[in-house]
Amino acid sequence: MTTMTETGTQGRAPAESGEILLEVKNLKMHFPVTAGIIFQRAVAHIKAVDGVSFFVRRGETLGLVGESGCGKTTTGRCILQLYRPTDGQVIFDGQELTGLSTRQMRTMRRRMQVIFQDPYSSLNPRMTAGNIIGEPLIVHGLVNSKDEYKDRVAELLQNVGLNPYMADRFPHEFSGGQRQRIGVARALSVDPSFIVCDEPVSALDVSIQAQIVNLLEDLQERFDLTYLFIAHDLSVVRHISNRVAVMYLGHIVEIADRNEIYRSPLHPYTRALLSAVPIPDPIIDAQRERILLSGEVPSPLNPPSGCVFHPRCPIAIDSCSEVTPELREVDSNHWAACIQAPGYGSY
Amino acid sequence: MANIAAIPGNLPGARRVNGVWRALGTARRYPIFPVAILLFVLVLPAIFANWVAPHSPTVGSLSNRLVPPFWVAAEGEGIYATPGGTTEHLLGTDKQGRDILSRIIYGARVSLTVAAISIFLAGLVGTTLGLIAGYFGGNIDHLVMRAVDICLSMPAILFALVLAVVLGPSFQTVIIVIVSIFWSRYARLVRGETLGIKSQDFVARSRVAGASNLRIISRHIFPNIVNTIIVLATLEVGQVILLEATLSFLGAGLPRPTPAWGLMIANGRELLVTAWWVAAMPGVAILLSVMSMNLLGDWLRDRLDPKLRNV
Repeated sequence: MTTMTETGTQGRAPAESGEILLEVKNLKMHFPVTAGIIFQRAVAHIKAVDGVSFFVRRGETLGLVGESGCGKTTTGRCILQLYRPTDGQVIFDGQELTGLSTRQMRTMRRRMQVIFQDPYSSLNPRMTAGNIIGEPLIVHGLVNSKDEYKDRVAELLQNVGLNPYMADRFPHEFSGGQRQRIGVARALSVDPSFIVCDEPVSALDVSIQAQIVNLLEDLQERFDLTYLFIAHDLSVVRHISNRVAVMYLGHIVEIADRNEIYRSPLHPYTRALLSAVPIPDPIIDAQRERILLSGEVPSPLNPPSGCVFHPRCPIAIDSCSEVTPELREVDSNHWAACIQAPGYGSY
Repeated sequence: MANIAAIPGNLPGARRVNGVWRALGTARRYPIFPVAILLFVLVLPAIFANWVAPHSPTVGSLSNRLVPPFWVAAEGEGIYATPGGTTEHLLGTDKQGRDILSRIIYGARVSLTVAAISIFLAGLVGTTLGLIAGYFGGNIDHLVMRAVDICLSMPAILFALVLAVVLGPSFQTVIIVIVSIFWSRYARLVRGETLGIKSQDFVARSRVAGASNLRIISRHIFPNIVNTIIVLATLEVGQVILLEATLSFLGAGLPRPTPAWGLMIANGRELLVTAWWVAAMPGVAILLSVMSMNLLGDWLRDRLDPKLRNV
């Protein structure tokens, strides 16, 4: 807790670590696969996240993209300590989270919140919208009286564009977009500085997606929020992120500014991913080069040796199956994990 | 519109079945039905048995043995003659000449009390253990579920007899026996439901909000399984009454002169051919109570679900 006071919990004093709000170092999450009826033993491990490192600056949005099952959500959950990571560090505002007790973590939870993908399963069907939003207020003792509680809930509802009278309604009485707004209001209730947005718009209609994305942007400006924006929709990520990290099979393969990564992707997987983004202009779409990957994503139970991408990589060389490429800064603020990326250096 | 007219329920041949279904449907929609049956036929007379019951439940007169219900006319001649029913004994009398209606009214006290207490206790124990097992998992889960397996695999009657012999036949013994058998069903069901709900996002979200385990269990998981528990509890009423009857019949339950429904059926068993009413009347009482509890449970489940509340 001392580190927290040093870096300052109030305000946004740019101390030496003030620039970086969240740092993840070599994060690993291996889920055991067990066998046995009474005495369970681990027979294998699913390497959902296998050595991920990145940082998020205060006030920015880091987009985390990748296909289904690549470990994006697991990474988000490890940061929130919903899963206890197998290895690695999660440093939030100078405070190491992985070693904290449940009680210590609870006080930290006021500062980091989450918005989930599914607006249906993420709201308790038996609580009213007001109680869903207000629960964190009670848990953390942030309100002193019933009136204050009601006022705060009403204020939160207004912040996300809902009417205060909706507080008495149950989740099933709202539309998908409105439910997601309730989820946002709940995340905001404790006045956090960091929010993990776990595919917050994937389950919504395109028109509603835009509304929610705009809402998130407005709120970021108003409340000085920092986002980790997990998504698989590259155009949404491009819109909202300052920087983008690309994940493949439990590894981050590339991180760069959003324009940089869309303009000059260095990792072959990023290139393939970007070439799959639909362009709403058939003439341009016909002209561009499509990179089609062969094969399936390998199982995280038994990932390939060396670079996990090498069996599907169009430019793989022999060394790719031997060397595990670490994420290196190959250009200023452009990180890639490919031994053939220009500027990667010796391996 | 044509489709609606064509549904099989409207065909002439199905009219009678249709009527029964409609009556049941009405009873489900308007809960005053089962509640009325339960209250006016079973619970209220049981409470005010001292004033309502026309006769003593335990004292009979041997000259009035096996009088049939009031609507049965006298039959036969000479030594084969059977007496007709009288309004003195509305539902007839048993082998000892005790008034069956009075015994049913007093029996409701015993049977419903046993059912209520034992189902409540079994539900309490089973739900608590099921929640703990499902929520925390690991070794606690193993321990509880193996105990459940043992309970479910043991022959209930044998188990009950052993317990009854050890503890002696009494009201408390019956409840202990029923609770120690029925808790396992709640535990297994609740554990399964808990596992399903635990993995939903709103639980994770609540943990991120800093909620304690106790809060998550009591505010997020329990309210979402309470329906299932209520439905199970209402369905078990019948089984508990039957188990209590079985125990009493075997002499391991309530001591004999007590007017329990199960005991009455057991007494009437050998007379089924000559005096059907001795067993049938308490049977009807069990039927009514079980059915009204089921309907009540159905209605409660709908009522407790916010999704269906305003429909």
